Amino acid sequence: MARIELKGLGHRYAGADEDALRPTDLVCEHGETYALLGPSGCGKTTLLNAISGLIEPTSGRIRFDGIDVTERATRERNVAQVFQFPIIYDTMSVFDNLAFPLRNRGLAAAAVERRVREIAVFLDLEADLARRARRLSAGAKQRVSLGRGLVREDVAAILLDEPLTVVDGQSKGNLRRKLREVHSKLRPTVVYVTHDQSEALTVADRVVVMNAGRIVQVGTPRELFENPAHTFVARFIGNPGMNLVACELEDGRARVGGWHLDLPAGLAAAVPNGQPLTLGVRPERARLSRTEVRGAPRTKVTRVEDFGRHHIVSVRLAEVLFKVKLDDGPVPAIGDTSWLTLPPANVRLFAAEHAVS
Amino acid sequence: MEKPRNERAWLLVLPVCLIVAFSAILPLMTVVNYSVQDIVSPEQRVFVGWEWFKDILRDPELQAAFVRQLVFSATVLAIELPLGLSIALCMPRSGWRASLITVLVGMPLLIPWNVVGTIWQVFARTDIGLGGAALHGLGLDYNYASHSLDAWLTVVAMDVWHWTPLVVLLCYGGLRAIPEAYYRAAAIDGASRWATFRHIELPKLTGVLTIGVLLRFMDSFVIYTEPFVLTGGGPGNSTTFLSQHLSTMAVGQFDLGRAAAFSLVYFLMILVVCYVFYNLMTRGERDDLAKPEGKV
Repeated sequence: MARIELKGLGHRYAGADEDALRPTDLVCEHGETYALLGPSGCGKTTLLNAISGLIEPTSGRIRFDGIDVTERATRERNVAQVFQFPIIYDTMSVFDNLAFPLRNRGLAAAAVERRVREIAVFLDLEADLARRARRLSAGAKQRVSLGRGLVREDVAAILLDEPLTVVDGQSKGNLRRKLREVHSKLRPTVVYVTHDQSEALTVADRVVVMNAGRIVQVGTPRELFENPAHTFVARFIGNPGMNLVACELEDGRARVGGWHLDLPAGLAAAVPNGQPLTLGVRPERARLSRTEVRGAPRTKVTRVEDFGRHHIVSVRLAEVLFKVKLDDGPVPAIGDTSWLTLPPANVRLFAAEHAVS
Repeated sequence: MEKPRNERAWLLVLPVCLIVAFSAILPLMTVVNYSVQDIVSPEQRVFVGWEWFKDILRDPELQAAFVRQLVFSATVLAIELPLGLSIALCMPRSGWRASLITVLVGMPLLIPWNVVGTIWQVFARTDIGLGGAALHGLGLDYNYASHSLDAWLTVVAMDVWHWTPLVVLLCYGGLRAIPEAYYRAAAIDGASRWATFRHIELPKLTGVLTIGVLLRFMDSFVIYTEPFVLTGGGPGNSTTFLSQHLSTMAVGQFDLGRAAAFSLVYFLMILVVCYVFYNLMTRGERDDLAKPEGKV
């Protein structure tokens, strides 16, 4: 297992007039799981393929444990990669499919046998070992693909490119658990590409949020939730995302549509001059009160959504729909008057889209 | 629920039935007619049963032509398929070079068959032909007009030149249809070039190779024009294949009864061989279809 270090890594596809991946620095520490999270086309798969050597980056260097591997072919990098759609070798049995990466590296037959059986047990493929792989269902095929990725014990890193896309609901949860299990047992360095934030947040130790070919923030799920570095992260992480509303600074407080809101201590002093400000609060952190709260914005409830376990109540604040997540207690009705309270400790400020701290 | 029946639907099939009857069934029945009778003129004919069939199957010349035909078909298949596949594997994947090479490779397919024969007739001449003269220059005693083996080899070379491009184009198309992801997975799994070919490319090419084998078998088994133009079946009988033997019988000797009987046998041979080939080559796939899908 290796520490993966990317220095100024960038890529532009032939014929494109924009970088798919802008020059980027990233370090993936040995034995941790990283999720590359972002919307389609944000460059996450490009970044992954550059690590595995499937594409040759147009700029930058890649190091595994300090050794420059930028010029090395995929075969020599000793990485495992699992793709979005199952890739199986049609004419081979499940056993031969799983054994293929080991045999290609000249492992002794006995060792191949032992390792393939281990992985098959682990992925519930024991019963299918003798079957032709093409006869399996899509989900089982993807488990075979995954198995080929996990079967080698000496890989520098395991790279997963949206591996659960074709897997249906229940198996998805199972496989996700399996992946966590592999990780806690073997401690490989894992890079996991996904556009599904709940997948990223449950699988990864650290989440790398990407947008438009750039890394926007690297952090633990908690950090991304509590302290997004950019309004993109604020909006992208969380369901629904963070409430964001334009504001101005006045006497150390934020003014939003005529209301003055308290900020965390010392935050106002850190705000740079002359940049547009945005105030953000997570729907989970905002509160609604049916009785008047002094100084709190007085709002009207415009929408109530019932999600079973919780409600999302929207109120209008300075022409912006402000969402509040209610886990319990009475739920207001549309048209009710409510006072919106925002605990100062949970208020975030963004200057020109970047977090102020 | 019962489906509504409308007998008028048969009318829609009628034109096709008529066309097939006039273009295929009636001519074939004429052949059948000739094969079981001895027809001198419409008024003078005798039913002879299996006589013609027994006669031709005992004909030593025809048996010799049959063996020559089998050896020839087997030889061109054994050369053209591996050669075509190898060329397809070496061709560039995309870009102007790929287009250029595809056009160049496909060129022989566009040349009319009798012209192919003429081209090779000139090419193989030892006095003015590039190929023949070159072989002579190398000190070989090559002469396709007088040496049987030389004539046979020249016909094989001509067929390979003419038809390998078909196999190349089929395989090239098949190779381009393999998704890039398979090659990526193979690279990740550390597969060698050979392993990639053996486990990814070859299985994915089974379909086009089946078509290639069938087309090349059928075509080579009924080859007529090119050897007829090049060697006229000689020297001796060395390049007289079945179709030429048949045409000599039917048109040259006007021996219609035997020719008709042999036409039917010829037709059945091709049908049977193609049926067997097809079943052998698609066996794996049909097994898969017959079995139910596995558990999730």
